[in-house]
Amino acid sequence: MDLKEKLITSFLVYEDKISADADGKLQDIRAEAFSRFEKQGFPTKKDEEWKYTSLKSVLKHDYKIFPKIESAIEFKNVKNYFLHEIDSYKIVFVDGVYSSFLSETTHDGFDICLLSAALSKPKYKMVIDHYFNTIARKEDSITSLNTAFSKEGAYINVPKNTVVPKPVQIIHFSTGIETDVLLQPRNLIVVGENSHVQIVERHQSLNENVVLTNSVTEIFAGKRAIVDYYKIQNDRKTASLIDSTYVKQLQQSVASVNTFSFGGSLTRNNLEFYQEGEHITSNLNGITIIEDKQLVDNHTLVNHKFPNCESHELYKGIYFDSSTGVFNGKVIVDKEAQKTNAFQQNDNILIDDKASINAKPQLEIFADDVKCSHGCTIGQLDEDSLFYLRSRGIPKKEANALLLYAFANDALQKIKIPELKTRITKIIAQKLDVSLGFDV
Amino acid sequence: MLEIKNLHANINDKEILKGINLSVKAGEVHAIMGPNGSGKSTLSTVIAGKEDYEVTEGSIFLNGEDLDDMAPEDRAHRGIFLSFQYPIEIPGVSVTNFIKTAINETRKANGLNELPAKDMLQKIRKTAELLEIDRKFLSRSLNEGFSGGEKKRNEIFQMAMLEPKLAILDETDSGLDIDALKVVANGVNKLKSKDNAVILITHYQRLLEYIVPDFVHVLHDGKIVKSGGKELALELEEKGYDWLK
Repeated sequence: MDLKEKLITSFLVYEDKISADADGKLQDIRAEAFSRFEKQGFPTKKDEEWKYTSLKSVLKHDYKIFPKIESAIEFKNVKNYFLHEIDSYKIVFVDGVYSSFLSETTHDGFDICLLSAALSKPKYKMVIDHYFNTIARKEDSITSLNTAFSKEGAYINVPKNTVVPKPVQIIHFSTGIETDVLLQPRNLIVVGENSHVQIVERHQSLNENVVLTNSVTEIFAGKRAIVDYYKIQNDRKTASLIDSTYVKQLQQSVASVNTFSFGGSLTRNNLEFYQEGEHITSNLNGITIIEDKQLVDNHTLVNHKFPNCESHELYKGIYFDSSTGVFNGKVIVDKEAQKTNAFQQNDNILIDDKASINAKPQLEIFADDVKCSHGCTIGQLDEDSLFYLRSRGIPKKEANALLLYAFANDALQKIKIPELKTRITKIIAQKLDVSLGFDV
Repeated sequence: MLEIKNLHANINDKEILKGINLSVKAGEVHAIMGPNGSGKSTLSTVIAGKEDYEVTEGSIFLNGEDLDDMAPEDRAHRGIFLSFQYPIEIPGVSVTNFIKTAINETRKANGLNELPAKDMLQKIRKTAELLEIDRKFLSRSLNEGFSGGEKKRNEIFQMAMLEPKLAILDETDSGLDIDALKVVANGVNKLKSKDNAVILITHYQRLLEYIVPDFVHVLHDGKIVKSGGKELALELEEKGYDWLK
């Protein structure tokens, strides 16, 4: 039985199991999403949006759709996956199941808790009706698959005029006690008028057993809200991730999504911004450093729908061995969106002969009074720069690393949590196999 | 200290250096002058070990050791320093962090422990003072957004920190106004000792008014066509290079 068939059978069982909500609205959403997936199935390379990324090898496993064994993990064993240097809220899942032991949630002034609770409790019904599955791309079969099975994930709701005083960490662990597990977390983040929240998200497997995560996140930024979202993708090479993140912004809000892709076998990021008001700023930053046969595919979309808005997009990629990168950055400027400032830059360094990058900037501009720019570079390390460093006594390997670090630096500087910046810098040094020899 | 014998070097199969002989002893200052394209910068980068150049004949000895096939960093660890005409920019790495890394890598290569942070700081402070460098400058990213003059001064700062045995200054005077030139020259003069040597590569005699050379060599078409004392520089200033061809 192939994975699609298995999912179809499982869904029928799942539908019976999950308790119905009062008006059956969630059932309808799930059923509709499922029929969409059933009709379309998994995307193939014939699909324009998946031209460079084949899911074939990822989908050949016989995934368990409902992990059977509930497992506990000890904090000391996973401490390093947390940004433990700072105080934070934590929403932690182990094999798709919420771990109250590892988490630190709150309902005091704002909700930082579980989507399952929000989906089932009447007091959240208004929020769910208003936001859940309203911006996730319904035509996307993989997002639809997530919607059909969605039941657990992080739920963050910050009411207006509220600054969440410490970052929120969302961590999904997979223990690998069973192999070939499919996880489908679903996050919903609603940030009210004038409010501010910082979120760090991570998917981490704890051994070399195969896991596929199909994650969907919806983010709503109210008027003048500030949302900073960081994705740390540094998983083992037996883990694959398809992450779809949808952001809707109201006027004068600033939303930033920073994606750091260093690990995993296959990583596909769909990141879409919809601007629903004037004077909005959307920031998309990414650093990719991969090796071996790893693949990272960043598909982004910014849809400028109103006048006087901005978007800033900066993706840097470093590819070793026979790794593959994909960058597809689409910017749509609607006819009404005059005075748009949209900038996109994608820079890549191919270290080895067999490494490759498929870069595709796509600008669709229907307004006539806009500033839009895009740039894309693909190159190798500069020999003159390397000679400069070596002539100062810095050995070749360290000199290479220093130049790569400098290359990624402007995307690194966008991180607003200092401890996270240090952490990411350390991961980069690790990836480059050097100690940078100084504190950054 | 430096012994260059019949040095021939190619880049992309084109011969640039066509038999250079040069001997530099500790405590000496040598100036190498010559028109554009005569091979001045090639000579300095070949001494520093740039791999794009192929040495086809001859040899370079530093304190009796053959530098043939030696990596640039290994030459640096033995005390060669090249000040670049066009230093590169490294965003995200401060001047201080960069020089710390360079010094400690050199110490490591020479079997020494890392310089304690306190000593490093003191040394940085002293050197910055000597070269009249604002402390704020040291926390900026290396060469990023520096003016031409700032880049040159930063090169001399690194030289002073690394204390090389042989310093080669490639067109260090270009892009400097007269005040900056004086500061840089003053720095070089203060660092000069009987144990180290300096090679100045320059177009103009101007720098030599402030750093007085013991020897002046004229490079033309990949060869040294004339050598003399400091008065040769003045003669060149007056007559140009044509009479030597």
